[in-house]
Amino acid sequence: MTVQEPTQQQLNQERWRDVPLEFEAIVVGAGPAGLAAAYTLAKGGVKTLLIERGDFPGSKNVMGGILYSYPTHQIIPDFWKEAPLERPIVEQRAWLLAEESVVSIGFKDPGFYEEPYNNFSVFRSRFDRWMANKVVEAGATLITETVVTDFLFDERADRRRVAGVVTNREQGEIRAQVVLICEGANSILTQRLGLQEDLSPGDLAVGVKEVIALPKGAIEDRFNVEKGQGATIELIGESTQGMFGMGWIYTNKDTLSIGVGVMINQLSRSGMNPNTVLEKMKQHPAVRPLLAGGETKEYLAKIIPEGGYHQVPKLYAHGVLICGDAAMLVNGVHREGSNLAMTSGKLAAETVIEAKKKGDFSSVTLKAYHDRLQDSFILKDLKKYENASALLQSNPHFFTLYPKLARYSARELFTVDNVPKKDKQKKIWHEVTSRRGIWNIAGDMYRLWRTLG
Amino acid sequence: MQTLEDKLFLVRFQPDDHSHIHINNKELCQHDCPDKPCTYICPAKVYEWNEEVKAINVGYEGCLECGTCRYGCPRDNIHWVNPRGGFGVMYKFG
Repeated sequence: MTVQEPTQQQLNQERWRDVPLEFEAIVVGAGPAGLAAAYTLAKGGVKTLLIERGDFPGSKNVMGGILYSYPTHQIIPDFWKEAPLERPIVEQRAWLLAEESVVSIGFKDPGFYEEPYNNFSVFRSRFDRWMANKVVEAGATLITETVVTDFLFDERADRRRVAGVVTNREQGEIRAQVVLICEGANSILTQRLGLQEDLSPGDLAVGVKEVIALPKGAIEDRFNVEKGQGATIELIGESTQGMFGMGWIYTNKDTLSIGVGVMINQLSRSGMNPNTVLEKMKQHPAVRPLLAGGETKEYLAKIIPEGGYHQVPKLYAHGVLICGDAAMLVNGVHREGSNLAMTSGKLAAETVIEAKKKGDFSSVTLKAYHDRLQDSFILKDLKKYENASALLQSNPHFFTLYPKLARYSARELFTVDNVPKKDKQKKIWHEVTSRRGIWNIAGDMYRLWRTLG
Repeated sequence: MQTLEDKLFLVRFQPDDHSHIHINNKELCQHDCPDKPCTYICPAKVYEWNEEVKAINVGYEGCLECGTCRYGCPRDNIHWVNPRGGFGVMYKFG
């Protein structure tokens, strides 16, 4: 007689039956925010359930591809010794693209190749799976293939408190003292609680990305890095067809991550598909040689919160906290997101650990999470750039005219044709000021400096 | 140039037998939405205008679950929920 192996579905059902009906904390979503939160909670002795809707933690997770060392090291010290990482980034470049041309700046420092590093290229589906194992080792319960569809509420005379979650599994209600919403930018649960007014297409970008395979040596040659080292390029201007947004190219071990993000409202007006924007960027003469001969392995999409400080929802209520992309914690100017997500998850967890000591999970105690964020770089940075999104959206020439003028000026300066430099400068000045008045340019520069400086 | 269809062919999906996306009111698409941005802003081109039946066809099986349509629909006419646990897109890289 042969014993039949249990199917994955049966195993999952069994695992579900083993899950208790009550926890101290439930974390919804195993991305950077949720994993950081669940790990910190479990280490802090909080009975924690981490719920992920994908097959495994990471299977639904998408990001540009950069993991920051500092916040990760704060949560799991020396993570680089065992985590699945791609390349430590030693050089960051910024490219201003115009049609056919590029004006570039960058910073390279081999010091970034030494511990504790600065940032790494990673693949979420590999890194998050690894980190979820750490979360389980730390003592949390992980349940996958489970969607949280709603909340359980405790109704008292004076207040309504989140008291757990409803999942789409049979008898799928689980109670908890506190729920941490870490489900990403498209946070249906935050909206369900009325903590986020419906977002507009001007608050979000859609990002599409491709993973393109190339031999390791080719990557190192093309990006001018030593064996094992990595580089990143951010691309603005023509990379987004003049729309508000940004492109990126990140080096992985034997692949490149290349993507582009554009504001949904601008894409709507353009009539373009995001993949078309990406394909055009891939064909740019400065980009094409980097990709030559590569084979596309995967195509991915996600939305990116770009609303900044003004779109941050109410971050806490009775029995609930919101972290990461769900809380719109993205610094678009510096393309930082996963570090804000991880740090916010950690700060939320620390607030819960304190709330447990006090035995009070009301908003009075949970407000400390908001204060922690305010005291940290997270809300300080978002506050600093609070007007960036509005400025760049209402001044499209930053993405259209200025890259063209930069190209014109650089081309004039670098072309050797026996014209005296003084005459070249005059010619450039004349061209630039004829395209946009001097007072307008002065105003643009002043506003840019006020907003980003 | 690589087509979108070629790229979507590389993505692993575990499609459910029923859709997680519904158009609330078909009349709105026909009469009050001249641009129909869902038909081009979706990175996977899940939405397609069907002239014969005067309605949007929803190819939910190829949905990359980004949520762009939820925010980009000018009539707020797309009811989108997460696919059932274990179904939908499964990224190898992420």
